[in-house]
Amino acid sequence: MTPPMTAEERAALITARPDQARELLRQMLRVRRLEERCVELYSASKIRGFLHVYIGEEAVAAGVMSALRPDDAVVATYREHGHALLRGVPATAIMAEMFGHAEGCCRGRGGSMHLFDADTRFYGGNAIVAGGLPLAVGLALADRMQGRDRVTACFFGEGAMAEGEFHESLNLAALWDLPVLFCCENNLYAMGTALERSESQTDLALKAASYEVASWAVDGMDVLAVEESARRAVEAVRSGGGPHFLEFRTYRFRAHSMFDPERYREKAEVEHWMERDPIASLRGELEASGLLDADGWASITRDVDAEVDAAVEFAESGTLEPLADLARHVHSERSTA
Amino acid sequence: MKTTFREAMRAAMRDAMQRDERVFLMGEDVGRYGGGFAVSLGLLEEFGPQRVRDTPLSEAGFVGAGIGAALGGMRPIVEVMTVNFSLLALDQIVNNAATLLHMSGGQFNVPLVVRMTTGGGRQLAAQHSHSLEGWLAHIPGLRILAPATLEDARGMLWTALEDPDPVLIFEHGSLYNVAGELADDAGPVDIDRAAVRRAGADVSIITYGGTLPMVLAAADSLSAEGIDAEVIDLRTLRPLDDDAILATVAKTHRAVVVDEGWRSGSLSAEVSARITESAFYELDAPVARVCSEEVPVPYAKHLEEAALPSVARVISAARATVGQVEAVAGHA
Repeated sequence: MTPPMTAEERAALITARPDQARELLRQMLRVRRLEERCVELYSASKIRGFLHVYIGEEAVAAGVMSALRPDDAVVATYREHGHALLRGVPATAIMAEMFGHAEGCCRGRGGSMHLFDADTRFYGGNAIVAGGLPLAVGLALADRMQGRDRVTACFFGEGAMAEGEFHESLNLAALWDLPVLFCCENNLYAMGTALERSESQTDLALKAASYEVASWAVDGMDVLAVEESARRAVEAVRSGGGPHFLEFRTYRFRAHSMFDPERYREKAEVEHWMERDPIASLRGELEASGLLDADGWASITRDVDAEVDAAVEFAESGTLEPLADLARHVHSERSTA
Repeated sequence: MKTTFREAMRAAMRDAMQRDERVFLMGEDVGRYGGGFAVSLGLLEEFGPQRVRDTPLSEAGFVGAGIGAALGGMRPIVEVMTVNFSLLALDQIVNNAATLLHMSGGQFNVPLVVRMTTGGGRQLAAQHSHSLEGWLAHIPGLRILAPATLEDARGMLWTALEDPDPVLIFEHGSLYNVAGELADDAGPVDIDRAAVRRAGADVSIITYGGTLPMVLAAADSLSAEGIDAEVIDLRTLRPLDDDAILATVAKTHRAVVVDEGWRSGSLSAEVSARITESAFYELDAPVARVCSEEVPVPYAKHLEEAALPSVARVISAARATVGQVEAVAGHA
């Protein structure tokens, strides 16, 4: 695990780059508020299907996305609203997609679990655990073969590390020295199965390192630590250092999905982790350092709420894809199939 | 020129890699070994290890990497040594290659070609003798090809590579050594239409891939006894060329479907259903099928032969189909 920063180091970092710290706070809040609204809209039956929220884990996406370039690629999981939003997919298009509307980023064909966006090179939204990893390897292979210095960031949960596709992908990426940043979001539960009940080796960075992939564990509740480690890893990957693996130790505050009665974990454990809420923590630190006052926070929340309000309004006023277009996009329009 | 099915496939890959630098080949033992069936022999020496990539035994990994590389602007040819091993890559084929375009609302197409050997008949027993192309032909978003002639072995690959969407090519293992004449200027062929391989008037025998030579041999024998069979090579298993199927039935009014897959839920079932749905009143006899027996393909030669379609079974089915008509006519 990367050594935790001392209080002095953290204060120095925040003081040196207060704008960046406030920006990371704002980004995390964008995800939190968008998803809180999603939960409400799910209860109101505006959003259907499966809905997996990222509440509690926002520091990971916020920190990693800030380390990427616009021409890099991102592959994510079914818990990807935050990744899509922070990658730059408009909140309006995300919300409209969850409403199943034609104005959604996938014209209503993907839904919550399958957000895609060509403009930001956001390759989903993969709802088969570990299914996105081979894709990331291939995207990186294409960059390598075409001489581009782009990085592919691939997000997955610790549950994916029990899947064969994880092992095949790490081996291939290391063997071919491909520019992939593997981002494991270890929230301790594969749906309801605790890490120690599903992995013989619970030190996940050690496991990844066995493939000769440079690997670290990072405090995933600390957005500054995430940003710092991601920036270094992305630089290393981009400059030809081969694939890197970061285990972000994080926690999901809410249920796995909207159907999860949470019989598998103690309330006290959830409460313990909620004390480490990445948003409240950073806000507190900024306030303690005198770098964020009540007006500053009010300004951030006002902007974020306005963005979410606009997204919901956009989605509410969306239209339904015509049934005549049901069979579109099964094959490309120029294909004759 | 004289060539073989294997050499025609190799010529197609060489041609594709010469035409388009985005095209590359990857799979198990495609490089130094020269390919599990020697199809890619010599390509590593000609194109180098960047474009002829030996992969680890990671079917899901390298098929998925092929999908990713296609998304990233390359034109990969992924060789899965046999359809049997492709079961380890079904997640990538079915959940990603076939769905990404649709799930992304048309944003991400996957211009990927996957080649694999299929079929039995070589005493390789149950785990190396599957004919599962009919399964894959069930999946929207995929195009499924089954070359059975030298022209198609030479010509289908380039057309498949030009398709913006994923194409799976099934090469029956018994075809690689088939030799014959191929035009010197043989090149790309269409991958949309079925072909009439033998014109006939009495019964249509509809097949594809590895059973085409068997069906043509059966048609010759039938001819000697006065039954004039028309032989249809489906060529493309998805999407099926309905027009060609219905046209031949409208001509002969009798159909026998020959498919090395098992009968239950097979491609032959689909062809048969389409005939009864759309050409029922053209039929003078029930549609007949010759498929594999519903057993895992056994090792012992006599058992395997009994399990797979054969010339004798095709002849017998065709005779019965024609004979049944005569019996009905006799009653009238």
